[in-house]
Amino acid sequence: MSTITDTRSTLTGLTPLPPASGRAGFGGALRSEWTKIRSVKSTVWTLAAAIIISVGISTLGNWGQASHTSLSAADLARRDLVQRSMFGIMLGQLVMVVFGALAITSEYATGMVRTSLTAQPRRLHVYFAKLVIVTVIAFVVGEIISFASFLIGTHFWATKGVDLSLSSHGALQAVIGGGLYLDGAALLAFGVGAALRHTAGTITVGVFLLFVVSIIVNFMPDSWQADIDKYLPANAGGQVWATQHTADVGTAFGAWAGFAVYICYAVIALLAGLLVFKRKDA
Amino acid sequence: MIEVRDLVKRYGATTAVDHLSFTVQPGRITGFLGPNGAGKSTTMRLILGLDRPTSGSALIEGKPYRDLPDPLRHVGALLEARAVHGGRTAFNHLLYLAQTQGVPKRRVQQVLELVGLQPVANKRTKGFSLGMSQRLGIAAALLADPRILILDEPVNGLDPEGIVWIRDLMKALAAEGRTILVSSHLMNEMAVTADHLVVVGRGRLQADMPVAQFIAQFSGSAVLVRSPQLETLRAAVAEKGWQCTPSGQEGAVVVTGTTAPELGELAAARGLVLHELTPQRASLEEAFMELTREVGQFAHRAPGQPEPADAPVPGQYAPPSGQPDAGFTAPGAPGAGAGQPRGGNDGGH
Ligand SMILES: Nc1ncnc2c1ncn2[C@@H]1O[C@H](COP(=O)(O)OP(=O)(O)O)[C@@H](O)[C@H]1O
Ligand SMILES: [Mg+2]
Repeated sequence: MSTITDTRSTLTGLTPLPPASGRAGFGGALRSEWTKIRSVKSTVWTLAAAIIISVGISTLGNWGQASHTSLSAADLARRDLVQRSMFGIMLGQLVMVVFGALAITSEYATGMVRTSLTAQPRRLHVYFAKLVIVTVIAFVVGEIISFASFLIGTHFWATKGVDLSLSSHGALQAVIGGGLYLDGAALLAFGVGAALRHTAGTITVGVFLLFVVSIIVNFMPDSWQADIDKYLPANAGGQVWATQHTADVGTAFGAWAGFAVYICYAVIALLAGLLVFKRKDA
Repeated sequence: MIEVRDLVKRYGATTAVDHLSFTVQPGRITGFLGPNGAGKSTTMRLILGLDRPTSGSALIEGKPYRDLPDPLRHVGALLEARAVHGGRTAFNHLLYLAQTQGVPKRRVQQVLELVGLQPVANKRTKGFSLGMSQRLGIAAALLADPRILILDEPVNGLDPEGIVWIRDLMKALAAEGRTILVSSHLMNEMAVTADHLVVVGRGRLQADMPVAQFIAQFSGSAVLVRSPQLETLRAAVAEKGWQCTPSGQEGAVVVTGTTAPELGELAAARGLVLHELTPQRASLEEAFMELTREVGQFAHRAPGQPEPADAPVPGQYAPPSGQPDAGFTAPGAPGAGAGQPRGGNDGGH
């Protein structure tokens, strides 16, 4: 560290900056947040893990089910094979929770959030720029997962004589919905993360809401279950990546109504996160 | 210019900043001095709009920090050097800051060069020493050529060479007419760095004056006197209302409240033999301890909080005049007092 000898020059050797040009605006915040998220390996690895785990589990599941079923093609066609083909989303959603959580909590873990908010003290800019970046990335990765899972799955079912494709009844909506569902999981975690500022706590809450709640409800009396079940995040959100929405799963929500309920959870978390991010000491 | 007006910040039962008011003028280095837990970092966070004041305000060029259109061009701040994501490279850390307000990319390379981190620009900051992290923090602060610099204990973790480097850098920046607020808990470091001092203890303002005035006012003068007729001399000194304190040496005492000529004249008038008559200046560090002493007793302990290890212990330090001349030579030596190993930033938050 002995490279500094001429301290007299201080900043004179540096490029003169263009005259102060107005505001640190939302565009700058977006560019900055994009750089932040792409420049750490943990993000890249988390997303790679989401894809590998989800598509991998989907593939294994479809291979296993297709090669061991004794049902006829006609019986199989009555099942929601589209949703089954994307089975890996059940685990992928947890990795998306980790991604959404880290996008915000890692700044608190390191204390870097203070540097960020010194550069851009208008906190809503920072919050929404992060939100946009997380939403877009989680959407793209989510769609990669759902489309890859489905397209791989169709091959296994084709060996059983079931002709499944994106033009099958409800398939395109369900496959797009699979990606949207994953996006929702990331957003839910992002909101919780902004409110809690703690990685492990955020992931715990995310897993609780998406997984554990359903298990608890299973232990409730049947009459309660019927009322509560469809409102649970995973069940409501599950409708958007399914092709059948009837008594099958005990719910009355259609695809988009279910998705709306699911997104409500994310929106509530995001609003709570926004309030904390805006008001609380950094 | 930075204006702090009647600023108060409470965290539960702890009052971290207690009705603090001062201004930081351009063209000079203002040392923000106080023992650990005095509220320096909190004040800086309040100035930067990171924490919300309980009451009062802090203004940058007349505006709250949040209202600065392009804050990095007004203010460069170094708060905690370790507050970077270890998985990101030095270059990318500066890049995302630059992008918030359209600072050109080549500027990132240039500030990295300026602080000597060019060779590790593309290394992840996880492996950086505390000194390298401090340099990265300085680079971030200088990124957009700000008129104002706010540096929280920037010499922490630097080797003596680094300390001299940063001191020279700050002096050069101040000479260019920039406003510099730099905090420290080390009086000796500030004595050789700062032009002006704002001293805090327990969140309250203790002094706000030029360094020279601080020295003149707070480091009381004293005289070491050696005499074979020490007992008679003691009596004469007591008659005059001056104080004798032990010097730690056989046959000599330290007399405070007077000067060498006065004491010499007194001895001559009484016909006393003197073997030595040496003026003493108390060290600045002692003056600082003295100043923050009565508040130091409470400053570091919120109810139920352990006392920080390196907080000055009340009563441990002799009054300014009671010790031999140590402090005035120390500041001249590069890094004196500041190079002690310290574990990271001072705790507290
Ligand atoms: N976020 C916080 N929450 C609670 N107490 C805090 C917080 N930040 C600082 N404090 C307390 O405020 C006082 C001043 O701390 P600080 O500003 O860090 O002092 P300094 O930087 O002068 O060492 C300390 O008692 C510290 O424990
Ligand atoms: Mg501090």
